[in-house]
Amino acid sequence: MTKIEQEATERHVLMLTVDNEAGILAKIAGLFTARGYNIDSLTVSEITGDHQVSRITIVTHGPPAVIDQIRAQLERLIPVHKVVDLTEQGPYVERELALIKVVGKGEARVEALRLAEVFRARPVDTTTESFVFELTGTPEKIDSFVALMGDLGLVETARTGVVGMIRGKSST
Amino acid sequence: MTEERSGAQILVESLVRQGVEFVFGYPGGAVLPIYDALFGEERLRHILVRHEAGAAHAAEGYARSTGKPGVVLVTSGPGATNAVTGIADAFLDSIPLVVITGQVGTPLIGSDAFQEADTVGITRHCCKHNYLVKDPANLAAVIDEAFQIATTGRPGPVVIDIPKDVQIATANFPEGPVQRRNRYSPQLAGGEAEIAQAVDLIAKAKAPVFYTGGGVINSGPRASELLRELQALTKAPVTSTLMGLGAFPADHEDWLGMLGMHGTYEANWAMNQADLIICVGARFDDRVTGRLDAFAPNSTKIHIDIDRASINKTVRVDLPIIGDCATVLQQILDGWKGRKAQDLTAWKARVTEWRAKKSLSYAENPAAIPPQRAIERLFELTKAHDPIISTEVGQHQMWAAQHFHFFGPNKWLTSGGLGTMGYGLPAIIGAQLGNPGKLCIDIAGEASIQMNIQELGTATQYRLPVKIFILNNEWMGMVRQWQELTYESRYSNSYSDSLPDFVKLAQAYGWKGISIENEGQLDAGIQEMIDYDGPVIVDCRVAKDANCFPMIPSGAAHTDMLLPGDVVSGTMDDEAKALV
Repeated sequence: MTKIEQEATERHVLMLTVDNEAGILAKIAGLFTARGYNIDSLTVSEITGDHQVSRITIVTHGPPAVIDQIRAQLERLIPVHKVVDLTEQGPYVERELALIKVVGKGEARVEALRLAEVFRARPVDTTTESFVFELTGTPEKIDSFVALMGDLGLVETARTGVVGMIRGKSST
Repeated sequence: MTEERSGAQILVESLVRQGVEFVFGYPGGAVLPIYDALFGEERLRHILVRHEAGAAHAAEGYARSTGKPGVVLVTSGPGATNAVTGIADAFLDSIPLVVITGQVGTPLIGSDAFQEADTVGITRHCCKHNYLVKDPANLAAVIDEAFQIATTGRPGPVVIDIPKDVQIATANFPEGPVQRRNRYSPQLAGGEAEIAQAVDLIAKAKAPVFYTGGGVINSGPRASELLRELQALTKAPVTSTLMGLGAFPADHEDWLGMLGMHGTYEANWAMNQADLIICVGARFDDRVTGRLDAFAPNSTKIHIDIDRASINKTVRVDLPIIGDCATVLQQILDGWKGRKAQDLTAWKARVTEWRAKKSLSYAENPAAIPPQRAIERLFELTKAHDPIISTEVGQHQMWAAQHFHFFGPNKWLTSGGLGTMGYGLPAIIGAQLGNPGKLCIDIAGEASIQMNIQELGTATQYRLPVKIFILNNEWMGMVRQWQELTYESRYSNSYSDSLPDFVKLAQAYGWKGISIENEGQLDAGIQEMIDYDGPVIVDCRVAKDANCFPMIPSGAAHTDMLLPGDVVSGTMDDEAKALV
């Protein structure tokens, strides 16, 4: 019997600026699939007024050698202007936004609202039986809040995935 | 002054401006406007192939033998999907191609229209870059950039998908050169610190070896010259990958032969025992390294490569130098400045011992021609012509790599990375077009040659005097060899049954057919092939059970080579089976 071995992995946040051309997202996502890399989250949006350039943030994990290959393979794509490994380049801030729907009455509902205050989650929609909370923070913070809501009527979670930026005055 | 022209006319005019001589193609519904623009066009020569895979491989052969980009023109849907194997082949072997595919009209895209395929999607991961052009006004700039991307940096195929309505619609076509976006500018020169370090490492090495690859060929003939110059200063032995053969002359005393799975004993041992490996334009492919944890364990490794993604992909190297082979070799030569290399006498003495193993020897066979002998005689009788050789894929390919010898770049055309059976015939057709008057030979196996046999008609049509030399052993020999070594000789579907009569087949296409059945006919048959002014198939019957040695079995290290005459066990554990 042969077994597939697993190596120890690290989490990295990669920031890419790319030409906003047709198929670029498919190209990047497909590269990860074709070469067996992992995508934990991926966000993409235009960042220039003329819609020519997009910024993509990818959270991935893998052994250090694989992370290095991922960067090299991404840099090889023609429409990719640059790839910055925020984890390596750091320190950096990373944020994620989540919408969390909680349904309940009575004590559970009061407790959900109280915990939301602790986490600085804002109710952005409410009925007498539900809340939709908006929460911004690191993925860990959102994980904790979502876990707490599990006992208090959590019915739906939507998360944007991570965006990140290097701290300090220099730009990437 | 600008002028309104149709997309098809802009395409044709742009190809002419790029200096394109040949377009390898096949017409169809979605490229009819382009074919109409080609009608009567005398500045471009369209070569009508018999299958789109043939077009792509022919363009590869043309590119590899001339150093110029190959151009392919095929229709949408099946035209494009048939070309995909050639595109993937060019991608793995870094061959510059510009592939133009027709597409259904833009309003029909996504509607499952007749002969619609998502060409951009299908080719996305097997080409260097691709485009879907939706406006004829962008066409000139796209074509200009496509040629730049295909031919610079690490070369590769670029696909341009052009919907039919874009071929018909008109746009301004400026007279002068197009404005380039300049978003692609590969680094050519290595860093100064790295160059200085490389010079130092090379000068201090006591057991160095040059491990060269296809990158030296792709960098242009100058790279081969510079490699020879650097070697002359250091006297280090040289080995090469399959793709790099010809960069260093095979009759040189420091030539080790090819390395890797079917490489020579001396090449693989030199790699294993070296204290410094200077990798020039090669990529530590699995067929070269064998078992990774046992690969060249005690060496410092310098890796010169224009593709940053090739660095540390499989083997960790100590000194990466990102840059073009010729430029970096020149930098190292400039940095050498009268340095003195170490005395390599002791190292060379070890190499001589390994050479004494005579790992390319083979058993005589009174009953049948040993296939290695056939290649040796083919080499001896044709070498004065400085021929261009292509191959298909399998045992014959490895025997050709081992027993045919090359003295310059661009003479050896083979499918190394993808290992595409059916590559050799169309490739030699492309090579012959790019090298009129040269002796061009496809060394083939009886199984591989049938994969693109239809291209016989292409050679006939364009009066190309190409030669096909078939080593006919009635088996998919490499498959049979592996079944023998790994699967206890259970020969599952590897027998070439129902073979055609190749001599009659040749005649049916207007070629000459020659049959060689025994060693007595070998030289005369080869000479007859050389002397005939026209295309020839030689059906050379060789020993049916010959295996290709030396061989590093799957999962083994360079030091565990099987040599001719070794007794080979009939099975392998699952781990070894999975490794290859």
